This record gives sequence, C-alpha cells and structure tokens, in this order.
Amino acid sequence: MAPESARITRADVEHVAMLARLALTDDEIEQLTGELGAIVDYAAEVSALDTADVPPTAHPLPLVNVFRPDDPRPGLDRDEVLAQAPAAEDGQFRVPRILGDAP
Amino acid sequence: MSAVEIAAAVRAGERSARDVVEEHLEKIEAREAELHAFNYVLADEARAAADAVDASVGRGDDPGPLAGVPVALKDNMCTRGIPTTCSSKILERWRPPYSATVVDRVVAAGGVPIGKTNLDEFAMGSSTENSAFGPTRNPRRPDRVPGGSSGGSAAAVAAGFAAVGLGSDTGGSIRQPAALTGVVGIKPTYGLVSRYGLIAFASSLDQIGPLTESVDDAALLLEVIGGHDPLDSTSIAEPAPGVRDAAGDGVDGLRVGIVEELADAEGVQPDVAAAVEQAALALEKEGATVERVSVPSAAYGLSAYYLIAPAEASSNLARYDGVRYGLRVDGPDAATMNARTRDAGFGPEVKRRIMLGTYALSAGYYDAYYGQAQRVRTLIIRDFARAYERFDALLGPTSPTTAFELGAKTADPLSMYLSDVCTVPTSLAGHPAASVPFGADGEGLPIGVQVLAPALGEPVMFRVARTIEMAAP
Repeated sequence: MAPESARITRADVEHVAMLARLALTDDEIEQLTGELGAIVDYAAEVSALDTADVPPTAHPLPLVNVFRPDDPRPGLDRDEVLAQAPAAEDGQFRVPRILGDAP
Repeated sequence: MSAVEIAAAVRAGERSARDVVEEHLEKIEAREAELHAFNYVLADEARAAADAVDASVGRGDDPGPLAGVPVALKDNMCTRGIPTTCSSKILERWRPPYSATVVDRVVAAGGVPIGKTNLDEFAMGSSTENSAFGPTRNPRRPDRVPGGSSGGSAAAVAAGFAAVGLGSDTGGSIRQPAALTGVVGIKPTYGLVSRYGLIAFASSLDQIGPLTESVDDAALLLEVIGGHDPLDSTSIAEPAPGVRDAAGDGVDGLRVGIVEELADAEGVQPDVAAAVEQAALALEKEGATVERVSVPSAAYGLSAYYLIAPAEASSNLARYDGVRYGLRVDGPDAATMNARTRDAGFGPEVKRRIMLGTYALSAGYYDAYYGQAQRVRTLIIRDFARAYERFDALLGPTSPTTAFELGAKTADPLSMYLSDVCTVPTSLAGHPAASVPFGADGEGLPIGVQVLAPALGEPVMFRVARTIEMAAP
C-alpha cells in the first residue's frame, strides 16, 4: 500500500532541494510542496500491484559492457570545449573555491 | 511534395535541392512568426548544404537517399557549432563541439537541416508550452497546442516548413505531437537509433524517431538514421530491420489486438475511441483479424513512468552545474554557485521533475517508489510478451484527446501528465510504436491511431500503419 510518506511536507521539499542542488525560492518551495504531494499520491498507485517475486527492470535491453577497439583517436578540441565554459583559465575550467578560505 | 518524391526528383536532376530549400524557407517566412516552430532557422546553412547536394548531382555522384530533403531537428540534438538549447535558459548560448550521430547520418544521406525546433524544456512536457523561449502553436488551429515535447518538429512538418522532422520520444514525445498535428510519428525500438549527441532526459527510455507527412517518408528517414552506432553503448548490434520494402506488404493474415487498457483509458475522447474502432475495421477489410486484448499492468504504466523517468532525469540533469558549459550564476563557493545556477537556469517543469525524481530515489523512499516502479516495469514487459504470443501488432489511441487550447493544462501538472497515458506503457517495454493520422474530431482537429509492435517489429508495424493511412477518412 502507499507509504504514509506520500504526504509531502515543506521540510521534505527543502531537504530534497538541497539534495538536488536547487536554490529554490520560498514561493517555489510552497508551490512544490502541494504539487509533489499530488503527483506522488498518483504515482503511488504502483504499490497496488503485488510484486513480491518480481525482479526490477532498470533497462529494456540486456545490457553488457561494450568495449571499442583500442585504436587511438583524437578527442574533442580543448580550446573549442573551453570556449563554451562559463569561465576558463590556463586551459582549465575555472570555478569558485570548493574548500576552506579563499587562496 | 513528399520526402520520397523530393529525393527522387533531386537525385534524377529534375529539381534542384536549392529550389526545394527556397520553397520551404518561403513557407517559414510566411508563418513562423505566428507558429514559433523553430528556436533557430538554418537558412544560410541549408542553402549551402543544398548547393553541395546539387553539385554532387552535377558531378554524377550519388547524393544519398535523402538528397535535398529539408529536415527539422529537435533542439535537443547536438549540432556542432550551432546553438543547441533544449529550449532551456541553462543551455541558451551553448554551441556543441560535436554533432549527434543522427545529424551526421542525415547530412551524409544528402538531407538538409533547415532548423532547430522548439520543445518542452529538456523534452519534459506534452504541449511545448514548457519552453523557455515561448510556446509553439498548432498549424491546424493556432489557438491549440501542437502537443509535445517534439511539438516544434511536428508543427514544422505539418506547416510545410520542413519535409520531415526528427523528434525524441521518452514517454510519447514523438507520437502525441504527431497525433495532435495530424502527421505520422514513429518511436523506434529502444536501441535501434543511436542516442549519441541526443541530450539525455531518461536514458532507459529516450529514443529518436521521424515525424513525417506519410508512412513512406517515415520509412525512408528511419532507414537513414537507424542501425548500430559504436558511439552509443546501448545501440543494438544487429542490422536494422528494413521497413521501406515491408511497408507496402499489406496486413492479410496479420493478427491485431486492440489494447483495452489504452482504448478504455480514463479521459479518452469518444471520437478518438471511435477512430480506433474504424481503423480496426479497415484492417479487417484488408485481411487482418482483430480482437480486443487485455494488457493488465499497462493500466499502471503512467504511475510507473512518472517515477522512473524523473528519477533518471534527476541523475542526468545533475551535469548542469555551471562548470563546463551553459549558464553560471556566481556564488561565494562552488556549491552555492551550482544551486543558484540551477534555480535560475531550469524552468518550473524541469525543477518539478528533478525534485520528484530526487525524492523517489532518496533514502527511505527508494524501494517504495523507484524500486516498485521498476518491478511494475517488469510486469508490463511480461504482459506485453503474453499479448504478442497471440498478436502480431496492437492498436490503441495515441492521445486520449485531440489538441487542447494553450494554457488549458499548465496550471495542473498532473492533468498534463495524463496526456501520456496511452503512450508510456510500450515505452517502458522498449518497444516500437507509431502514430498515424486517422480522421478528425467534431471540431476538425486531427486524431492519431497508435500501432504497437514487439521489439524490432518495425516491419509489421509499418505494414499496419500504412494500411491504416490508406484507409484514413
């Protein structure tokens, strides 16, 4: 049966937004709280089916690892790729600091 | 002029590819401002490509099976050096450093890309209203939506802006807009067409396919784009089944089932249900036997889909982090920059799906939602397999309704999701399906009938689709 959790709270939405790296506004959090609750209630209909002995399907094809022949070939052009980056420096992507104090 | 006719005339030197392109550009000039089918019209590039085709014909070379055929490309297919936006602000100024395999194959076959078409942002939607650059309108009735998410490609074909279009279908995004705009739409077997360079939405479901005026045009385009691609590890290794020759073989002796869970789904408009019955009668007249069949778990397809697809999307869209390409909104540290970029760059529906998918995958809910949906996916595959023991192909509506008005469903996401109720079950199974125009409702809006077939059952699917097309009122 549908888990109790189907009633989504504002705190749930804030937590999930943090996991999804979305800096949602207050209005967005408010609206998503209601919308996600309704959608999850609908989607929870899947729990009506008995699947005790049913294996999950992650993919429609029987996937196997695929190797290509070990022939060297050129990759993407570095300058062409970096030209599309929001910020680049010395042939690398430039990002804000990720650890500790600014250098 | 159909794509088959254009290619034949251009190859024979009876008509120049340049002339064909100019004719389509004139139509774009006349109506694009009203319809907004394109994010980007490739006028100069199309003229140059057409001239190259004509030069090839002039030299006596074979310009390829799509010679001079103007092709509309959904703007989630990468085109090297040409904007590829997914109709999202997060990719607004991005120019990919490589092209999708389907784009390379179209060009190698003599096809002429004429523009990048509008879509629901990241292909998430059923009306093309979720575009950051404004909605596309239905050429048959501009107060109506063209369906989605490949609404731009469907509208471009329906309006004569392009001879053929390419769309992508995750849960119905080729078939439903085809139905709503009165064109043919094909979702091939998962793995038949390379996804290399298709910007990912839900990787276990996404598949590229044709939107065309006729079944024969769809067969022509599918043979060009189908077949193994070493750049896509999920590409089927065996040769693609031939469909152009098969399409004309008729349906004599075929066993066709009307899927009760699709035909009787909640919200199916009476004249849409009647069209399915009429199409079935037409098949019987041509020698097929038709019976009703139950695929019980298909009734849970939509629920399972709206857990699986957002879960995969939440993972795929994690790459838009403001580091390597696209938008960046600065912040004092990387995590803040990531989160601000994503909030500013994604539209409401994309955020909703990312949130839904992240929730369905999060600790404590994973097994009840994502895990359960995956097990239901297994049941759906089993139920279809059982049906295909008795039937060669299956039938149902494509969309429960004809084209609705702009704005009719934007306030209620769940009502929009219900547009996909007839298309998602077979997507979860990875099987092919086609939407074929079959008559119109009381208001003159086109109706689409859906033909389903088992994996790699494209030849039989094309036989049924073409028979329905010939019988269409």
